[in-house]
Amino acid sequence: MRNKYALGGIMLYVVSTVFVSYLSFRQIINVPTWNALFWIILLFASINGVAKSFIGENRGRLLYLYTLVSPQAVIMSKIIYNSLLLLLISGLCLFVYSLFIGNLVQDMPLFLLTLLLGSFGFSSLLTMVSAIASKTSNNFTLMAILSFPIMMPLLMVLLKLSKNAIDGLENWDLNYLLVLMFINVIIIALSYLLFRYLWRD
Amino acid sequence: MKNYWWKILAAALVLYTIVAGFLLSVPAQPILHETIRNLYFHVPMWFGMMTILFISLWHSIKYLSKSDIQSDIVASQAAHTGMLLGFLGIVTGSVWAKYTWGAWWVSDTKLNGAAITLLIYLAYFILRGSLDEEQKRARISAVYNIFAYVMLIVFLMILPRLNDSLHPGNGGNPGFNKYDLDSTMRMVFYPAVAGWILLGVWMMTIKVRIEKLKRKILMNE
Repeated sequence: MRNKYALGGIMLYVVSTVFVSYLSFRQIINVPTWNALFWIILLFASINGVAKSFIGENRGRLLYLYTLVSPQAVIMSKIIYNSLLLLLISGLCLFVYSLFIGNLVQDMPLFLLTLLLGSFGFSSLLTMVSAIASKTSNNFTLMAILSFPIMMPLLMVLLKLSKNAIDGLENWDLNYLLVLMFINVIIIALSYLLFRYLWRD
Repeated sequence: MKNYWWKILAAALVLYTIVAGFLLSVPAQPILHETIRNLYFHVPMWFGMMTILFISLWHSIKYLSKSDIQSDIVASQAAHTGMLLGFLGIVTGSVWAKYTWGAWWVSDTKLNGAAITLLIYLAYFILRGSLDEEQKRARISAVYNIFAYVMLIVFLMILPRLNDSLHPGNGGNPGFNKYDLDSTMRMVFYPAVAGWILLGVWMMTIKVRIEKLKRKILMNE
């Protein structure tokens, strides 16, 4: 990102959201509440972070990009960049959240794996939705409306996996992990195939 | 006769479903009792919805490859019809749930999937509404339609198989094929599915024709 303030802004967004939750909840010891609040904060932070990848992008700059490289390269690089951004955001979110609200996770490797796969999934899905929403006039509202329903399958699997990680179950639920990877692969494949219909105006 | 025989078939099958569905004998089951007849109305709605949404998806793909605005009209009107069937499916399911599970709505993967389906297609209509230019609207909503349908398949086909569910046919619950020991219900159920799907397709073709006429009038003004 060419804009340092945008990155700082999204970091501050995460920290202040967690702090607001801390002020209203203090400590959370109930597992479903902890889990839900964590993912809700991360969800909104991701939407805010990724929305900028197409919305608000200068038209001239996009045009310049399209003359240089193929559309597939554009969407793939945006997805990779956003994945790294979301990994950073989720890492920060986990750190601040544990600091203020408490850390209930018993199986940390599984939780981190969930977070990693979740960041990839969120980034690829939201990058694509952001590309769709950027074509309309009221794009920020539309970003939320379009992304929430199609994010649900991903979110349900993530919630379930992170619940397992918090409870520290003996065996990893491989079915859910496989489904999560499958969803990620599908989203990336669809973005790769469909993006070229989006960018030409 | 060549072109509209299936419309007569649709009307006949739906008529047969209504008459036979209410009059023929059904297996006596605890809890379900006579509500088991809802099988002929609730389940075909979802079959019909998925068929018609698939038609919508098919025409979206066709639009992206051919850029023919006719495909876009079919895709959007099919989505409208699919939504109507989905809404009817939720209403009939909700009434059924009230009499068997004791509540209009319960938190369940299958039911959430149904609600999400409606939300996804409402978002599709809002996306269409917020784009003015015809070609651009067709192209972008086609992309969203394909994207949304695939995520929907994940939600409706894969997740319910991993979770526990109250809904028959999932999470260790037997489907209705287990109850129907002497196959009397099958004699109504299969025609019902075919009839409702055909009726849905018929409604869709009428909506497509209306939309085309509207555009023709707009062009002539």
